[in-house]
Amino acid sequence: MSTLQLDRSDERLSHDLTPAGRARAALRNIRSGDLGPLPVIVGLVIIAVIFQSLNPVFLSSGNLVNLMLDSAAVGVISLGIVCVLLVGEIDLSVGSVSGFTAAVVAVLFVRHDWNWVLAVVVALGIATLIGLTYGLALTRFGMPSFVASLAGLLAFLGLQLAILGDQGSVNLPFDSFLVTFAQVSFVPPWLAYVLAALAPAGMLAAGYETSSRRRRANLSATSVRVLVVRAVALLVGLEFVAWYLNRERGIGWMVVFFVALVVILNYGITRTGWGRSLLAVGGNVEAARRSGIGVRRIYLSAFAVCSFLAALGGILAAGRLASANLSSGTGDVNLNAIAAAVIGGTSLFGGRGSAWSALLGTVVIAAIANGLTLLNLDSSYRFVITGLVLAVAVAIDSLARRSRASHGRA
Amino acid sequence: MTTTASTTGNDTATSTPLLSLRGVTKTFGAVNALTDIDLDVARGEVVALVGDNGAGKSTLVKVLSGVHAPDAGTISFEGREVQVADPAAAIDLGIATVFQDLALCENLDVVGNLFLGQERNRARLDEVSMEVTSWELLQQLSAKIPTVRIPIASLSGGQRQTVAIARSLLGDPKVIILDEPTAALGVAQTAEVLDLIERLRQRGLGVIMISHNMEDVRAVADRVVVLRLGRNNGVFDAHGVSTETIIAAITGASDNVVTRRRERLDGAAGEAAAGRPATTDEEVAR
Ligand SMILES: Nc1ncnc2c1ncn2[C@@H]1O[C@H](COP(=O)(O)OP(=O)(O)OP(=O)(O)O)[C@@H](O)[C@H]1O
Ligand SMILES: [Mg+2]
Repeated sequence: MSTLQLDRSDERLSHDLTPAGRARAALRNIRSGDLGPLPVIVGLVIIAVIFQSLNPVFLSSGNLVNLMLDSAAVGVISLGIVCVLLVGEIDLSVGSVSGFTAAVVAVLFVRHDWNWVLAVVVALGIATLIGLTYGLALTRFGMPSFVASLAGLLAFLGLQLAILGDQGSVNLPFDSFLVTFAQVSFVPPWLAYVLAALAPAGMLAAGYETSSRRRRANLSATSVRVLVVRAVALLVGLEFVAWYLNRERGIGWMVVFFVALVVILNYGITRTGWGRSLLAVGGNVEAARRSGIGVRRIYLSAFAVCSFLAALGGILAAGRLASANLSSGTGDVNLNAIAAAVIGGTSLFGGRGSAWSALLGTVVIAAIANGLTLLNLDSSYRFVITGLVLAVAVAIDSLARRSRASHGRA
Repeated sequence: MTTTASTTGNDTATSTPLLSLRGVTKTFGAVNALTDIDLDVARGEVVALVGDNGAGKSTLVKVLSGVHAPDAGTISFEGREVQVADPAAAIDLGIATVFQDLALCENLDVVGNLFLGQERNRARLDEVSMEVTSWELLQQLSAKIPTVRIPIASLSGGQRQTVAIARSLLGDPKVIILDEPTAALGVAQTAEVLDLIERLRQRGLGVIMISHNMEDVRAVADRVVVLRLGRNNGVFDAHGVSTETIIAAITGASDNVVTRRRERLDGAAGEAAAGRPATTDEEVAR
């Protein structure tokens, strides 16, 4: 390792490139409040240990297959919440929007005999317009998103009831694509193993490409050995998951769909100018504006993506239940989606977060719900415990923020 | 009032100025922050904008960079009258600004801040080339920044200021506006920034520099424009004017707190040199 690398020439830098040095650096980050996904992973382990000791079914293949299918719909909604939280805003109406658009799809598809694709496209379009409306309310009229979306929560619940009409529910045919996709479509075992191998291979290829470009530009780069070790670790982990779930029905296509959305949004947030602008607006709107960023457009896009994903999640949920009814998107859907993003580590204060937090947070919430159901405890306990977990997550977020401020890492 | 303005000896008066303001006015509610401001900047000219706290310097900068819209007056750029409706418009024209409050995003790293709004390859950010350029810019300013991959929040005030200055150099600007660029800088970095301003002048850029430090102003400026209570209060050739004259224009009187203090100190030094008590009790009480 030459010491003349462009980004390694300052003598005050501790050269954290050895494994021990990396571990030290990671520890330092955590102490200063740069927690990343650590709290939620610790939380998941605790949850798994507790429920497994109370009921050995919890970690069984069959239960985990269900748990993942249960997570997907709310997870998709939560992904949208990540977008609005990143710009320091909130959308409280994702539950209503998901229920409303599910009702739109069901009514158009079943009662009016529309092609299901067309129904879905129309519903997603309506949802996008809803998001744009929140964005305009904020950017044109200075209406806080908290209030605008609270109004939307009520309004779209009303519209949902109105279009469902007197019957109050529309059943989706069991042989329709929406239902089969959400209920009985599983990745064939061989394909699961292939997909589980493709992910680390892709990571290795991308990492290698970046590393060699950095090396050519005389910047420090991750060594090939570290890249390979990481890829192998991921490969072993994913292949194990695939094997474990394949002992039962396997991995649902809906779950794959959700994970694919996470990967796409993660790319959007971390690797594109749009994502950089989202983070900038969430960190310091005025600075973003003065750098020439179209702040209005960024807000609009965040709200539009949020409502779009809320609708997508609502449609998936309807498919999983094979029906859209009065209770679609009501109850705890809203709060679960928001709580999942925060529990997963996306800050309520804007400018920090990741698409992966939606996945991790949703798994936490679904695991709690699932574990309590296995213990035959009713939803009263679920509400209380999910509420407590959310409180802990927000406390961690606030404390970490303070710690970052005092360690100069806001 | 010392408003006797002397125009510069440069040949700038003959060619059309790069940037020209006429009658710019800006009010915030009841406060007239700027009234009828005129200002010219030619290619290859460094204009120092000076004035007391609250004189309206930063407000003028914000009007030029599209942050505030002026209530009246015109801005001409390269001979054409332009509207600087928003910061993006100013950047497109080639007006780059280092704001007094720096306007950085604390949650983004140095590279993210330098290229904010002007990222390379927005569909797939080219982090490697942006990082290389960042190092080049920072080295040009002798920046003492250990790594460009930490959030701005981890940097000291002076390091942040260097980042803000480096950012203004990106993207081939024609006019650079520096609002108190050296306020937080160390000795070496201040010298670097003054050198940089001279290099920018040689490259034919127009520079507007705001500073409270008369030494810095006289070291690099070609012309000194004085603002006082939101109005023009004199334009001086930086090479032919005394610091006292500028200070008189800034404070609005030749008998001001600065001259009184200097007289007192000079008197004290004279008395000390003569072997007598430095000050009398009366003077201390004052
Ligand atoms: N956004 C604003 N809203 C209301 N008043 C403002 C605003 N910005 C500036 N002002 C007022 O305009 C006047 C000029 O302020 P400005 O910041 O331009 O001063 P300045 O010359 O930069 O002073 P300093 O040397 O302290 O930086 C002040 O009286 C200030 O109170
Ligand atoms: Mg100022």
